[in-house]
Amino acid sequence: MEIITKLLTETFGLQLDNTGQLVAGGLTMALIMALVMATCAIVWTWAERKVAGFIQSRYGPMRVGKYHGALQPVADMVKILGKEDIIPDDADKPLFVLAPIIIFIASLLPWAAVPFAPGFIASDMDLGLFYIFAVSSGAIVGILMAGWASNNKWALYGAARGAAQMVSYEIPLALATIPVVMRTGSLNMNDIVIGQQGGIFHWNAFHDPFLFVAFMIYFISSIAEVNRGPFDMPETESELVAGYHTEYTGMRFALFFLSEYANLFLVSCIATAVFLGGWNLPVGNAVVLPGLVFLAKAVLLVLIQIWIRWTLPRLRVDQLMHVCWKVLIPLSLLCLLGSGILLMVSGEIAA
Amino acid sequence: MSRDSKLHRWHHRMNFGESLYLGEVFRGMGITMGHLLKNLFWTKDMPTVQYPEEHRDYSNRFRGRHRLMQREDGTEKCVACMMCSTACPSDCIHITAGEHSDPSIEKYPETFEIDLLRCVYCGLCEEACPVDAIRMDTGIYEIAGTSREQFYVNKEFLLNDNQQGTL
Repeated sequence: MEIITKLLTETFGLQLDNTGQLVAGGLTMALIMALVMATCAIVWTWAERKVAGFIQSRYGPMRVGKYHGALQPVADMVKILGKEDIIPDDADKPLFVLAPIIIFIASLLPWAAVPFAPGFIASDMDLGLFYIFAVSSGAIVGILMAGWASNNKWALYGAARGAAQMVSYEIPLALATIPVVMRTGSLNMNDIVIGQQGGIFHWNAFHDPFLFVAFMIYFISSIAEVNRGPFDMPETESELVAGYHTEYTGMRFALFFLSEYANLFLVSCIATAVFLGGWNLPVGNAVVLPGLVFLAKAVLLVLIQIWIRWTLPRLRVDQLMHVCWKVLIPLSLLCLLGSGILLMVSGEIAA
Repeated sequence: MSRDSKLHRWHHRMNFGESLYLGEVFRGMGITMGHLLKNLFWTKDMPTVQYPEEHRDYSNRFRGRHRLMQREDGTEKCVACMMCSTACPSDCIHITAGEHSDPSIEKYPETFEIDLLRCVYCGLCEEACPVDAIRMDTGIYEIAGTSREQFYVNKEFLLNDNQQGTL
């Protein structure tokens, strides 16, 4: 935010008072974030299909664009924009229209607190991590609305499953980040990243065994949180057609689709910032091309999530709940206890 | 006995290590990563054929669309003996015989029509032909038309050395 306002005032010579700085800087940042998000979501659809193809010994998209179907996502977007926008007769129209917007907003808001590079954070708030979990859980409301408003049994089942899953998995997701917060002594995303300076063993994930387990718990729960395989219960195409977005078409469907991929990238970015040292390099204290380092780590995590999706079969609903309530939550509580004891013993508690 | 042991395996209770599934998860991910890397570095070894641009190689013995053979003077070799249409299991060859002007040749086909949509490409017509007048060695298998009538090909078409699939 500071960088943006500085750029606006000094490079473009804008005369801004404090409110003006806030509004102009905020708008520019929001625009950048929305563009980054949309671009990433579009690129992920291509990457996912290519990775899936190569894992299954086929090519994936090859026709559109010169190189390996590089323009396929563009073609998809054009196609989806040209589709008829259908609202079912029996649907609850206001809710039906509102649901994808809420989900999209919920996937857009958390980006405000993602620290891409030193100073390059839309809102350097003290409750950054808390804010991210708070606003991203708004998607549950959207999913329930979509399922209920569609007036369709598959959509309703998908929504019920999705809500149950996301509410459950938010607990281990948040619990897994608490050891990091204890170690850093702050919920500010910038402080969390800065606290991991000084090489790979200062990164939270590789700092001590408890934090490593916490990282694994976070990673598993984040896959469930964004409803992706092997935890894609809300959209099990073999039993629920497409889950809560069964009745959606055209641009409304595209919003669900975009927010799914944006969320995928978001949880990877948070994992990068909270556990994998953010923009810090694996060796040394120097900050070199922080934005690229951050993105490289996040992209790697996204690719791992895609890899997992195309490897593992889908869980059953009861297995999903079992994993969450009987395995991940006790384990994350143990991690919390363990890293608390470790902090006490080592006297490393941040002031 | 063997059935019992199979049942026994179904009811096998997993021990703690197995119930974590971690070993199997990582084994599975190893397999998919192996496939990914293999296909990434040896892309050409993938079984997919990029069809309209690439074609699979077929054997020389592949039975494609028929053609009628010509004598040196360019007239058809066929003597309208009806052997092929008799042998044809799908009744797709229709010949009308006519008297040839050359007394050394008894008959010739006034019309020689093949219904390519009925043809099962069994090759019995070329087996049956006593004068090697019909062959299926063109290798054409991409036969496309916009109406059923177009697939009802006549003598001139079959005599023509046209190597296209489009009718």
